[in-house]
Amino acid sequence: MQFEDEPVTPGDPLPIRPGHSSFGRLERVLRGGGFAVTAEIAPPDSANPAEVYKRAALFDGYVDAMNATDGSGANCHMSSVGMCSLLTRRGYAMVMQVSARDRNRIAIQGDILGAAAMGVASILCLTGDGVDVGDHPQAKPVFDLDCMSMLNMIRHMRDESRFLSGRELTEPPRVFLGAAANPFAPPLDYRPHRLAKKVAAGAQFVQTQYCFDIDAFRRYMDAVREAGTHEKVFILAGVGPLASARSAEWIRGNVPGVHIPDAVIRRLKTARNQQQEGVNICIEMIHQIREIHGVHGIHIMAYRQEHRVAEIVERSGVLGGRMPWRPAVDWKNAEWDQGHPVATHTPDRQVLESVS
Amino acid sequence: MYRMRLWSVRHAHSLKRMYAVLERGLVFCEPLLRRIGYRRLDAPFARVESLTKGFLLDSQNCGQCIVGFTGLSCPMNCPKKMRNGPCGGVRADGACEVDPRMRCVWVLAWDGARRLDDEQVPLQAVQPPVDHQLIGRSAWLREVRIKVGSSGHAI
Repeated sequence: MQFEDEPVTPGDPLPIRPGHSSFGRLERVLRGGGFAVTAEIAPPDSANPAEVYKRAALFDGYVDAMNATDGSGANCHMSSVGMCSLLTRRGYAMVMQVSARDRNRIAIQGDILGAAAMGVASILCLTGDGVDVGDHPQAKPVFDLDCMSMLNMIRHMRDESRFLSGRELTEPPRVFLGAAANPFAPPLDYRPHRLAKKVAAGAQFVQTQYCFDIDAFRRYMDAVREAGTHEKVFILAGVGPLASARSAEWIRGNVPGVHIPDAVIRRLKTARNQQQEGVNICIEMIHQIREIHGVHGIHIMAYRQEHRVAEIVERSGVLGGRMPWRPAVDWKNAEWDQGHPVATHTPDRQVLESVS
Repeated sequence: MYRMRLWSVRHAHSLKRMYAVLERGLVFCEPLLRRIGYRRLDAPFARVESLTKGFLLDSQNCGQCIVGFTGLSCPMNCPKKMRNGPCGGVRADGACEVDPRMRCVWVLAWDGARRLDDEQVPLQAVQPPVDHQLIGRSAWLREVRIKVGSSGHAI
């Protein structure tokens, strides 16, 4: 979907519409009443930008924004600031994830300003997994802030144009603020209140943990609607394909906060092609989630199955004929020269000039 | 002690009432405290707090106690130091994501907070990040200073 006020140079900010807090596409789609699709892009263990562009190209034309994860699972990868820096310059809409685990308030505020300056329009505040589950369990867990105080702090930076210390900013970061929600972790009856608290702290959109248990998610959404929270925040339900029954069991046992019902695992076990069945289940879940009142989109987490995202979006029909923004240059088929694309076809002269 | 921590959450209501009495007494004595000097009193008060709250709550002496909001479950026992509610990693049985041998401090807090006779939904006040300058100081004296209208900053 191209907006009528698209910048000539990809990567330049869109004008901020009245009532919007950011110059981003995601906020525009959501406030415009669209059912949004976001996807998680896995950062490479590499310093080569070509790997980032290739991973992003898989989602071209299928998602409204990409989440750049920040050391997810406490494992070391390219930083979310670096990912966003590369991709915003190509015009991609990014959701920059910021975890409180690795940086204190001084570092995070600096990163927020830097990210906003680079064109990041959406920020997802996370507390982060404990260091013990990752590949550097010896690391110092920082946790100077938690997700709630981070939301509050960034909102203060944006709306009051001040650092947490009170020192003034000459230009505030115009960001759309997001948070995560896990409807499936105890204390279950507190979770809808927790969502309301995140909204009070500044969250404008939330992306949930994987929703494999639709009944539990419905109950959660009932409570959210009862409190009226769904009218104050855009809710994107987390979905994703499971690669096999074995990997589902592994995720259930090892990834904090993921709840997979036995029925789903049984269904995978009995399937002839487990990987395909994982995609089928994901598509069915999307259909069921779309029917739940108060859900404004989906967030696809297809770790190591990113190449299936296009199929999931297409077959589920979740976009309803809408075509999200895609770069004018076909990065997917571009040849790569030390991280710089050499276009194999000539799309738009202006665009080519701006990236060369 | 972990077992005392569980006991305190079960008795959140009466412990909070006892603290309220103590606080009223301290506020009453505020002119005297001020004359002796907060700076001079801070260390002995912090020691008493460390002993009592350490025994009852496994207090980590953050110097900015909020257990009145958290059903007497000290949030500084959370390995992620979360002061605003449970993370998404809480295990299905209510155990902590990082240390499965203990119950999530926020599962306890939700339990304890509902024993307090507050009208609103508990745990909903957004807590500011920890002020690291206050760690190890007396939270009671800070509370008294805030109650009488002076600053809660480190002295």
